[in-house]
Amino acid sequence: MNITLDLIKEGQKVKVIDIYGGWGIRQRLGCLGIHPGDMITVKKSAIMRGPILISIHGNQVALGRGVARKVLVEVAG
Amino acid sequence: MRIALMGQPNSGKSTIFNHVAGYKAVTSNFPGKTVEYTLTKFNLFGQTVELVDLPGTYSLTSFDLAELEARKYLLKGNVDVIINVMDASLLSRSLELTLQLLELKLPMVICLNMIDEAERKGIKIDIEKLSKILGVPVVPAIALKGKGVKELFSVAYKTGEEKRIGKTLNFSKNVEEVIEQLSTQIKKKEIAQEFNVPIRFLALKYLENDSYFIKNFKNTEKNIFNKINYFQNLLREVHGRPPDVVISSERHHLSMNIYESIVSLTRPHTSLIDYLDNILMHPIFGYVFLAFILYLFFNLVFTVGKMVEEHLLDYFYRIIPLIERSIDSETLLFSVISGIIQGLAGGIAIVLPYLFPFLFGLAILEDLGYLPRIAFLLDVFLHKIGLHGKAIIPFMLGYGCTVPAIMATRILESERDRFITSVLATMIPCAARMTIIFALVAFYINPQAALAIYILNIIVVIISGKILSRLLPEVTPGMILEIPTYHIPSLKVVLAKTWLRMKEFIFVAWPLLIAGSTILSLLQYYKADTFINNFFSPLTTLLGLPLLVGTTLIFGILRKELSMLMLIQAIGTSNIATVMSVTQIMTFTIFIIFYIPCVATIAVLWREIGTKRTLFTISFTFVIAIVLATITRFIY
Repeated sequence: MNITLDLIKEGQKVKVIDIYGGWGIRQRLGCLGIHPGDMITVKKSAIMRGPILISIHGNQVALGRGVARKVLVEVAG
Repeated sequence: MRIALMGQPNSGKSTIFNHVAGYKAVTSNFPGKTVEYTLTKFNLFGQTVELVDLPGTYSLTSFDLAELEARKYLLKGNVDVIINVMDASLLSRSLELTLQLLELKLPMVICLNMIDEAERKGIKIDIEKLSKILGVPVVPAIALKGKGVKELFSVAYKTGEEKRIGKTLNFSKNVEEVIEQLSTQIKKKEIAQEFNVPIRFLALKYLENDSYFIKNFKNTEKNIFNKINYFQNLLREVHGRPPDVVISSERHHLSMNIYESIVSLTRPHTSLIDYLDNILMHPIFGYVFLAFILYLFFNLVFTVGKMVEEHLLDYFYRIIPLIERSIDSETLLFSVISGIIQGLAGGIAIVLPYLFPFLFGLAILEDLGYLPRIAFLLDVFLHKIGLHGKAIIPFMLGYGCTVPAIMATRILESERDRFITSVLATMIPCAARMTIIFALVAFYINPQAALAIYILNIIVVIISGKILSRLLPEVTPGMILEIPTYHIPSLKVVLAKTWLRMKEFIFVAWPLLIAGSTILSLLQYYKADTFINNFFSPLTTLLGLPLLVGTTLIFGILRKELSMLMLIQAIGTSNIATVMSVTQIMTFTIFIIFYIPCVATIAVLWREIGTKRTLFTISFTFVIAIVLATITRFIY
């Protein structure tokens, strides 16, 4: 099932399917190692629709909620 | 020879730089602290070598101003060898930038930094194999401890002498074909020479749709851009993805392949520090700890500062009467001497006691890596004023000094965000204004009043942010921020950084302070201060302040702390409580905090946001200062 990254619960591991949004956001996420096909673990989700903290290739990245909404993922298993 | 340190943000470039240069470039544990390049010269094998520390950049497709600066510098073409600093614990990602750097066909050495951190994470790297695959020397290092730095420079020197260039690695076949065909088209024109880059690099940038390389040529070279469009569409059709994603995915796969062939994974060693985020970034406790840490910090600065201030002031109180005994207090000589002494005393007894613990504490928070965590926690609130979490970094730095804070706005992506953040950052009480809050308000009124000023300040910043983002309605791009691993701060580095920042006070502000207080003495001697004070009387009357405050306001524009020290001198006693009421002290402090940024800040604003917006900032803050100070006068 494909949903956007902002809806994923803490501790879940997902696979990136696609990144919506323009050139800038695709490139920025790509630079941090987030491309279609990569595995992401959601580690923290801030309150009041704040940012989420993900783990990607052994690195932690904070994504604003609006950014996370642009990442389409597939829940593994 | 010129050597450039290049690499992704927070990989340790500045730390390596400082090993050679002495502590000249500020290091901290958050991505993007270096926003300008720093140069140093040093001696290597009997030759003078120039070393440049470039801002960190994730890729050669640049987004923010700091990254752009790094790329521009490299493309200028006068770098003899690049030291590509890679965070070994983030190897696969750093390889993607490395592949791009190889495309530039410049001599390069790889510094595999933080090799200890990589081992802790269970990543063991086959260094020889990596060097063979890329065709460049690889030197492992732990820059924080100075390990491997010497070898790194001797290898870099050799590589520069030999002009040794690494390999260019190939993407998958159909992508390579497109690159080659486009390269042939570009070769016919002279675009590549104009940019001073290899043709393959340029072809890739065009396929990636990098606006920097397209902008200026789009209209003059219509023909070639039609071809570029054609090839972009070809990639899009074959791969079903935008062409820039195709290229970045190619690099990503290549990097992953290299990574897998050179890394053997073992079990990571977890330490206590890995669990720190469980509380510090916790959805609820994270905020509790944030408040607690800041409160602790506030108390530390106040307790240490007050203790020292009291003792030192006592000491200086005794000096002036001693001089009065030997020199007639009506003479010019006495005026000058007492001016100098008061300037000295102000620096030692009033400013330094607060400045040192404050900058020391800030350095610890920075080096630990806490600032990006604050950005995470406060992202939600910053969205309410039309910004996003990353803006907290300039704000936090603003508590130290406004100048680097405004420079740090370069890490923000949109021009609008940079402008709003710059204006708001000028209102954050910097260390100079902090000494006024502590030495006047906390010292003469009480610490709670000082805390209240900080809270009031935050409220004003929020309201101003709301107003500004209303005036410039545009959606902020949203936060994408790396949260680095915690590092236990090294005392040596923290002290070096504190000293670097204190030097600014000691060598710039203090002489100014002494000169200022001497000038004020002379003004008073010749009764010229009355003229200035009369000029400012409408303002001082409005705020209900003593007339003689007028002169001090001018000095405050030079350096904020000057206004307090001049005040002390103007009223002729360092015991302000005898001359000014509690309300007046409060009104004065609030006015000083907000009114017109200091000269250094105005200069940097001018450069970063332009004349019109700087003038706007000056008037905006001035109006806020008058309104708030007038309110304070009547309600406090």
